[in-house]
Amino acid sequence: MDKRIIYADNAATTKISEKALAAMLPWYTENFGNPSSIYGRARTARRGIEAARETVAKALGAAKPNEIYFTSGGTESDDWAIKGAAALQTTKKHIVISGIEHHAISETAHSLERFGFEVTELPVDSCGLVSVESLEKAMRPDTFLVSIMLANNEIGTIQPIKELCAVAKAHGALFHTDAVQAVGHIPVNVQELGVDMLSLSSHKFHGPQGVGAMYIRSGVRIANLIDGGGQERRRRSGTENVAAIVGMATALEEQTADWSRLPKLEALRDRLIKGLLEIPYTQQTGHPTRRLPTNASVVINGIEGEGIILGLDNCGIQASSGSACTSGSLDPSHVLLGIGLEHAVAHGSLRLSFGEETTEEDIDYIIASTKQVVERLRSMSPVWDSVNNKPLK
Amino acid sequence: MLYSDKVMDHFTNPRNVGEIPDANGVGMVGNAKCGDIMQMFLKIENDVIVDVKFKTFGCGAAIATSSMATELIKGVTVEEALKLTNAAVMEALDGLPPVKVHCSVLAEQAIRAALSDYYRRQGIDPVPIVGEIKEEEEHEMEE
Repeated sequence: MDKRIIYADNAATTKISEKALAAMLPWYTENFGNPSSIYGRARTARRGIEAARETVAKALGAAKPNEIYFTSGGTESDDWAIKGAAALQTTKKHIVISGIEHHAISETAHSLERFGFEVTELPVDSCGLVSVESLEKAMRPDTFLVSIMLANNEIGTIQPIKELCAVAKAHGALFHTDAVQAVGHIPVNVQELGVDMLSLSSHKFHGPQGVGAMYIRSGVRIANLIDGGGQERRRRSGTENVAAIVGMATALEEQTADWSRLPKLEALRDRLIKGLLEIPYTQQTGHPTRRLPTNASVVINGIEGEGIILGLDNCGIQASSGSACTSGSLDPSHVLLGIGLEHAVAHGSLRLSFGEETTEEDIDYIIASTKQVVERLRSMSPVWDSVNNKPLK
Repeated sequence: MLYSDKVMDHFTNPRNVGEIPDANGVGMVGNAKCGDIMQMFLKIENDVIVDVKFKTFGCGAAIATSSMATELIKGVTVEEALKLTNAAVMEALDGLPPVKVHCSVLAEQAIRAALSDYYRRQGIDPVPIVGEIKEEEEHEMEE
């Protein structure tokens, strides 16, 4: 087996597209004016931002460009949605999120508890799905915000956002979705979904790092997170990151122009999952069909996730795990525990998020390498019966 | 988090992996819930550790610390092995990230557990010599 170098951690970050990078450069070297200034060079920068805003609005199916606000990334957008909505509440104090949100949502929501807000975390089923019924049950007269992610970063499960959003609306609450993993990977249309707010992050879809956006539907009021010079129509201050904004819009346009690649990606994903499941005592995590086209995630019994990641790295494969050792605590990720896995099982988690450039040969190489690494780690494990290839207990 | 080259070397090419069928001191510490289990096999002759092997379920640091710990006690007397500290294991590996310090503690504990077993097999109460060892139980992470 010839060694290959395969980047399979696109859910963490992606390589910038050549087109996006090329589109960015003139905004550093030529059109570097501050968009808030009034001379020609600045006006050019302003036009660059507004063109990018139109592009992003169109890619998301927003009613108008003014519903797009540029931020520093997914985390800022998430923080803004939650803190901004909370800041305007006078009597309502209840927020509903799912139990498998990214920390940008869960930590932010819980940070408000010290100000008297209350947070309900909805459970998910073994595939990672939030049920409409559980949201219906969790809604209270004082619920002002529901925030449920569109697609999960670890297990790839895609939520029924349209249906969940309808429940929130029926109870008079705002609905926000963290779509950081979804935008640029599956078609996302804010009007079809009916959401009030949506967060996205550029570097997850081949744009530059350090830039993102929030869709805020016209008429939805939230308080500012960052005050200052009044950029972004007074709602998000700070000199605009023009080159990054243009790069993000270019990448998003590129990623959303044509979805004909999806069946090929799904076939690669299913081939990868099927191959990994050939390893005894391995199970898929996340939903079998309602999942991101480039996410393959499994838990492998009898090994620890970090060991696989380091072993795969030695094979030239860059992947990720939700095990305790990769999270810096004794507990595996809340997502893996949220879908009902036991600690000992969740420690063996492996997430491969491949990309458009990944080939069938790459997939087969990943499968063969993973088998090799798992076999080695299991042979070293005091809790694995290598003779019969099963757990000892 | 950054592992030293030595940690990566001991993860990739661990020394003394396996079991000793006629070991006269065997100990296992840690638990699957925390994600680290170490098992040590000692072959002791005339108070000298003539052979040592390990099996570890755990992260890169858990495997590397087990490997290094076996290297440090191979060929030494039981008395010297009892003096092995987690700090010495870490130092030999050119350090560990703070969140991985507990792996070196576990490696020290695994050796002490195997030495306790060695004493017990001879009808000697190991507690006054080795101290209390929590075998296969929850261990607290030390940072």
